[in-house]
Amino acid sequence: MAITVEPVIQPTSARGSFEPLDIAADRCKGCSLCVGICPKCVLALDESTVNALGYHAVQLTDAAVCTSCALCARICPDAVFTVYARPKGSLT
Amino acid sequence: MTTLAPDTRRLIYERPELLTDRSSHYCPGCGHGIIHRLVAELLTEMHLGPTTIGVASVGCSVFAYDYLDIDFVESPHGRAPAVATGVRRVRPDAFVFTYQGDGDLAAIGTAEIVHAAARGERISVIFVNNGIYGMTGGQMAPTTLLGQRTTSSPAGREANLAGYPIPITEMLALLPGVSYAARGSIADPSAIGRTKKMLRRAFDIQLAGGGMSIVEILSTCPVGWGMTAPEAMEHVSKEVVLTYPLGVMVDRMKDSPTSKDKDEA
Repeated sequence: MAITVEPVIQPTSARGSFEPLDIAADRCKGCSLCVGICPKCVLALDESTVNALGYHAVQLTDAAVCTSCALCARICPDAVFTVYARPKGSLT
Repeated sequence: MTTLAPDTRRLIYERPELLTDRSSHYCPGCGHGIIHRLVAELLTEMHLGPTTIGVASVGCSVFAYDYLDIDFVESPHGRAPAVATGVRRVRPDAFVFTYQGDGDLAAIGTAEIVHAAARGERISVIFVNNGIYGMTGGQMAPTTLLGQRTTSSPAGREANLAGYPIPITEMLALLPGVSYAARGSIADPSAIGRTKKMLRRAFDIQLAGGGMSIVEILSTCPVGWGMTAPEAMEHVSKEVVLTYPLGVMVDRMKDSPTSKDKDEA
């Protein structure tokens, strides 16, 4: 499955469910530091595609489990993550 | 055609304003990316963007001026503290920092950093130590650990042949012209948070009129070390810190307050 980068102005309601992360997959170099640091193990490299830089970019595998802890954003050397707070009561 | 409503999600973290949109030339997992981001975050949070003049060095970080959206001067190899001295003295209103690797600061530029520190130049020095010459292909640097394999020490660094790693921040901390000297790392998110606090303190000290403030940051070179990015981070937290212990070596401005971190609010 190809990764699509949602534009920031895309309304949450239009997607039907809450998206905690915006990932700038075009800048990701697939170093996998975030994959190892994610406490919920919901980040993985998308090995089915390569981005323009020639790397397998990271993707969020399960948006419902992500807690918006932002550890991925704090370790990322290429600042690909934008993190949003999960609305109260929406964590499954 | 559909009309997009404004994003209603509450923002926790976004790419800092002063980090340009350009994709960096750094290898995957390189610590420079994290440290550039910390500098951009701090300059953004402290509203220093318009008054800052950075001094870039030579090495992998030579293109720092392409990635940080502030004024920059590029200096000859190792001479960033000398160039920053000139910049700070003719522009006393400017906030001036140098961004140097270990090949730049601890090898060819040793004289410049020592004398700038001895003069107590009012600059901040960001010293990125990954113990190797990354740009030229992973050769041994003065900061290379004993036993570390590099392309110019294939059997590991031997003290008999190549001497010992230089603890340059401890050496500089002895000089009274240095107001603040500390060493952090980027091995994990909590270490990154502590390093950001050290950088904030160093920047605060320059703003408060102190002498030189230097923060050494233990970084990684996954390609030069022959490791994956996560292995390189583990190597920093388990091995490199034994030679280069983390912490604040000296803070001669203890009475001067530290600005508030927005994350602590």
